[in-house]
Formats: sequence, C-alpha cells, structure tokens
Amino acid sequence: MPFKMSVQDFKGKINEVEIGKGEKAIKIGGQKATALYHFDNDAGNAPKIGIEITDIYPEEWIASLKELYKDVANDPAAWAKFVEEKLEPDFICLRFEGSDPNGLDKSPEECAEVAKAVVEAISIPLVIAGTQNHDKDAKIFEKITAAVDGHNCLFLAATEENYKTVGASAGLAYKHKVGAESSVDINLAKQLNVLLDQLGVKNEDITMHIGCSAVGYGFEYLISTVDRIRLAALGQNDKTLQMPIITPVSFETWTVKESIAEEEDAPEWGSREERAISIEISTATSIIAVGADAVIVRHPKSLETLKNLTSQLA
Amino acid sequence: MALTGLDIFKLTPKKNCKDCGFPTCLAFSMKVASGGSEIEKCPHMSPEALEKLSEATAPPMKALKFGKGDNEYTIGGETVLFRHEKTFVNRNRFAVMFTDQLSEEAIQSKLDNIKKVNYVRIGETMKVEIAAIKYVSDKEKYFNLIKKVKESGISIAYMLICEDVDVLKEALELVKDEKPIVYGATKDNYEAMVSLVKDQKLPLGLKADGLEELYNLVEKVQGLDYKELVLGTEASSVKETFKNAVQIRRTALKEQDRKFGYPSVVFANELANNDSNMEIAIASLFVVKYGSIIVLEDIDYAKALSLFSLRQNVFTDPQRPMRVEPDIYPINGADENSPVLVTVDFALTYFIVAGEIERSKVPVWVAIPDAGGYSVLTAWAAGKFGAGSISKFIKESGIAEKTKSRKLILPGLVAVLKGELEDELPEWEIIIGTEEAMHIPKFLKQLNNTVEANA
Repeated sequence: MPFKMSVQDFKGKINEVEIGKGEKAIKIGGQKATALYHFDNDAGNAPKIGIEITDIYPEEWIASLKELYKDVANDPAAWAKFVEEKLEPDFICLRFEGSDPNGLDKSPEECAEVAKAVVEAISIPLVIAGTQNHDKDAKIFEKITAAVDGHNCLFLAATEENYKTVGASAGLAYKHKVGAESSVDINLAKQLNVLLDQLGVKNEDITMHIGCSAVGYGFEYLISTVDRIRLAALGQNDKTLQMPIITPVSFETWTVKESIAEEEDAPEWGSREERAISIEISTATSIIAVGADAVIVRHPKSLETLKNLTSQLA
Repeated sequence: MALTGLDIFKLTPKKNCKDCGFPTCLAFSMKVASGGSEIEKCPHMSPEALEKLSEATAPPMKALKFGKGDNEYTIGGETVLFRHEKTFVNRNRFAVMFTDQLSEEAIQSKLDNIKKVNYVRIGETMKVEIAAIKYVSDKEKYFNLIKKVKESGISIAYMLICEDVDVLKEALELVKDEKPIVYGATKDNYEAMVSLVKDQKLPLGLKADGLEELYNLVEKVQGLDYKELVLGTEASSVKETFKNAVQIRRTALKEQDRKFGYPSVVFANELANNDSNMEIAIASLFVVKYGSIIVLEDIDYAKALSLFSLRQNVFTDPQRPMRVEPDIYPINGADENSPVLVTVDFALTYFIVAGEIERSKVPVWVAIPDAGGYSVLTAWAAGKFGAGSISKFIKESGIAEKTKSRKLILPGLVAVLKGELEDELPEWEIIIGTEEAMHIPKFLKQLNNTVEANA
C-alpha cells in the first residue's frame, strides 16, 4: 500500500484582519488549517514580526540596544523611523511605558501627541500598547485613537476591565483594530470577544492577545490554550474564537532570569545578550508553531531570525 | 487496529477462573480492550493468542529504548497530537553532532561544551543526552572520533550515523555495549543494516527521499521482521522537514498506521546552516511539533537555557502543574540579616517571584512550604496554604537559625492570614507583601531602606 498523506479538513476559518494602510499594510490570519500546516489547507497569511519601541528612553534595556538606538531613543518618532528603515520589521509596536501611574504618569494628551508623531513618521503599521494598568490605558487610548485617526492601528489591549472604553474608541469611533487581552484561558478569551461583539465591535476588527509567557515559565499553558482555541475555531467553527492572535513576546522574555542575570552574577551562562535573544527566538517560534499570527520582539537578531524562519515555512 | 472486548474474549480460555482478578473472562476482556488491564494478567493464554493480542493492543507509536545505565532513554510512545488531550510522555532528546571532518580542537571544544552545559532546573537534569557521530569519509578518523568521545568521560548515549555497512560494523565494535542508535539505513543498504543490528536489537534509523520512499522503506524493513526503528525527517527545507515530522506523527496516531508508528530524528543543525539563532528557532519548532531526537551543531548555555526550558514545559502533565521542592532558598546572597518571604511551590509562581526578587537585588530568604503545587489563591482556597501550614513550615525549616531577621513577608493576596499567623508565630513580624509579583522590587527596596534607616 502506498503512503497517503494524512489530511485534516476543517469547517472554520480564521478571520483575516488588516492593520495599517497603504502599500505596507499587513494582513494576518485567514487560514483554514492549524498553524503552518500547508499540507492540510490554505495556511493563510505568513506570521508577521514586529519590533517593540517605547515612548520614553528605555532605561532598563541592555547596553547594546541602547547603543543601537542612542541617537533616536529620546524621540519616539525618530526611533520608529530608524526601525522601519534599518530593521524592516512588518510592523512597529509602540509601548506607552511613560504613562504608567507608578512611573512618569504622562497625560493622555502627551501620549496622543507621541502616537501621532510616530504614526506619521512611518509607513508600516503601528500597534499601540499601554502600561498594563487597565484604567490608565483606557484613558490614554481614548485620546490616542483620535490622534491616529485614519491610520488603522491595532490597540493592545482591551481587557475585561476596560473593554468598553477601548472598544468604543478604537473599534467604533475611529475604526482601528482592537486587541482583546485575556490571560491564558480559552473561556476568558471567548468571553471577551463576545463582550466586544455585544458592544458592536465587528469580529473582523478584533485580534486576540491571549496572554504570553517566556519558555520555561508556564509556557505549556499558553501552547495548550492556543491549541484549544484554534481547534475550536477551525473544527467547531466557533465564530467567537476565529480572531487572529498577536503575541507580544518581548513583554515577557526580557524580564525572566535567563535574560536579566548579569554576566558577573552568572558567569557560566555567558553573554546576557545571547541568552535574551535565545529566549526571545525560542518563545516566538514556539508560539508561532501553535498559532500566533503576529509576534512582537525586541532584538533585531530575533526579528531577522524569525523573518527568515517564517519565510522558509511559508 | 484496536480490538473490541468480544474479539479478545474469543481468544481467552473462557473458564472464568478469576486468576486474572476479574469475575469473568468477558469482564476481563472488556477491561483489556479499554486499556484498563494487560492481557498478560491472564495466565492461561496460549502464546499464539498472546502474540496476536499484544500486537493488536500495542500503542500506535512504538516506545523505543536506547543507551545504557544512566544514559538510557525512551523516545516515542506518544498517544496524542495535542498536549491538552493527554501528556506528551517521552521528552525529545538533544544530540550534538560530531563528524570525522572536525579538527581535534573542534571536537574537544564540543566535548567541553557538553560537559559544561549540565545543570538542574526544577528537579530535572538538563544536558545533552546524545553524541551524534557521523561518518563522512575518513574511516580511521571516524573510529578515533568515537574513541575520543568515549574516553572523554562525558556521560552520554550514542547515535552512529553511517551508511557504509563495513565502516559501521567496525564502529559498532567500539560502542556495542552502549546500546547506540544506528542511523543510516536506506533503500540500498537496509538488508545489511538490519542484519547488523538485529541480534542486539539496536534502534535503527531509516532515511529516505520524501515520505513516500520512507514509507516504502519501513515496509521493507518490517518485512524483515525488524521493528526497532527511528524515522529520519530529512529534507532540504525546513518546510518539508516540518511536513515530514507532522505527517509521521499524524499517520501513526490519527490514521492508526504503524508503518509510521515510530519516533523521529530531526537534524536542526543541517537546516540551520551554521546560523545558531536559526538553529534555536528550528529546534524550538520541532520540540513543539514532534521531533523525538533533535540534533544540534553544538551546545552552549544561551541555547540550552531556552531549548531545555521549552522541552520541560512541553512535556508536562496538563492536569498537574510543575512544582518546586518545598525548602528555603537564599536569593541575592541572603544572609543572617535578610528577611523571609513566603510563597507557594507552584513552579510558575516561584519563578516569577524569584525573578522579581533578583531584579530588586535585595537579599531575601524565600520560604516555600508544601502548598500542593497550586498558585497562591488556589492553594489558599484549597486549604493548602494557611496560617497553620505556613507557621509549621517556618518552625520546622530551621529558617530562624539562618537569619536574625524576624520579618516574614506574606503574599498580598492572603493578607487575611496575618492575624492568625501573628498568633502562631509571636516572635515574627508579619508583613503584608504585594499582590502582584511585578511590584516586589519596589516593595523590597522600600523595606530595605526602612530597615537601614532604623539600624
């Protein structure tokens, strides 16, 4: 008996979501198969890789990155432009560290100005992330969504606490894309999508951020959650879970011990930079392997490797 | 194909002798069919019936043993495609590649790296398990290489990669007691290869161009009554290799076709083309998607810290969280003046808390009582993390002798335990810590400043 390919046919399809505008706009999702399974069916758009920048000088970042960005890191618009030209990511993620109430607590108006300057400085899509303080995020996103009107940005992230404000301003008033953020649980992810739907945000305007962790840190929950979300979306044709997934990998990988231990504290471990890149690449690849449609990384080497890998898998 | 209880019943002696521990032969047969008992429990089965049954009730993917002693490993034996269905049981094993083309220095450097990268993470040893030793062209150098690896004193299992049967025969003499994997049976040499490994039942690696040819090759080797196999996924591209790995696993489990019911080998090193970051990406891809043996060009800590951690995560029981050993752990060089911070033994919590404490650079003793492996709130709700168990642990752990500080920091989420703990541990000052781990550095720095100001 000759070999016969084992093919899995699904009823459902992941929504295709467009972020940004013009020639450099990106599309994510659109697959009728589990991640990278071209042999099953249309595997949709190749995963997109974005680079993280922040609205304030990245004090905590490793020396080599501060060196790389030394001429631009005090000006987010210049920084974004530099990243677009020099590193050529698929998109940029601007993180509003500076409006953290425990930090500089910048005002929504200041944030809006920064976002506007950044989005106008670049032609690739912009993803906007907040402070992880849900109240504050709602406040700044309200202003930012207006300031970047027409640019079709993605806002990370609407949570159970602030989805009404974020959903209304990003998804309804200004027609941006809404990132629904839940914490590594299929039911929470589903519930938030349903809530956004009830608010009136269209499914096609939603992407999911279902949580993240670095490899070694409970990453198994993440894998299984994505597996289950994808199997429900494709296999059971569950419309409330058919949103593409974006995972801000760098938000987690640069805080774990392997990435932050200084070389003098862990001499046997070798270069801190290489460790951090390794954790970032491994985490991003693994989440792409189960179903992330876009990931955000911090190091240019991570970007380069992941772009190379995803193009080889396309 | 799976047998029904009735199929099995037909093969039993039908005497209802109860020697198997079940009331009737039928009850026993039903149990066997559902996987609840083993057919060997019946002492009256004929050898023919036993053989027929063990074949039919064997798992769809063979579990394969290789190596010897401390370096014996099992691969394969997986039963599901997704880990939330059931645990992935036999973790993939990492190999480092050696060839007869390497310089003495390069060989020595790889051996040194393997020796160096060997550490414990959450109770599990993280090391390279296999030396993959490949014959390219120089016989004498190849034999010397094998000897050199063997004499280096590294504790490791072997995989000999060689398609030349004569060379392999001599090479095997050098490591025959180590139960190595032999990789390199092709459509042209498989008969000689099988006869070489058959007596010792060594795992034999098959390689072919494409899935179809591989499938035919398995059929031929099975025709020689040899079933100790690993399957090469080799292809020129990552995409094709990925397809091969997934199809092998899926054909075995979903289609129940035992021709692909074997573990696989992935040469991440070759696909990565000497780009070590690319190698990390490719190896990660195959840890998640079904590589049983993953071959790397070399090992260092940067690579190991991510790949071994990923593997440790992927191969865990989805119904049982990872735990750290209950104990007291010094962080940032905790000494006789450092405060004590209590948290739970859920590995994820421990790592996040420990990471934040490290970030604070404040020396702290971390006390981990047995909390059932749950997160703080879950353990508290389950009655596994209460004033009673915490105070008992503090008293019995000997922490009072290790530090003069009598400051005990409690997770903010269980602030409610404060009063009770004060009663149980009157000599300790119970301090409510943060609710979120991310606020620990600020909290500890402030605590430290107060202590220093008062000193």
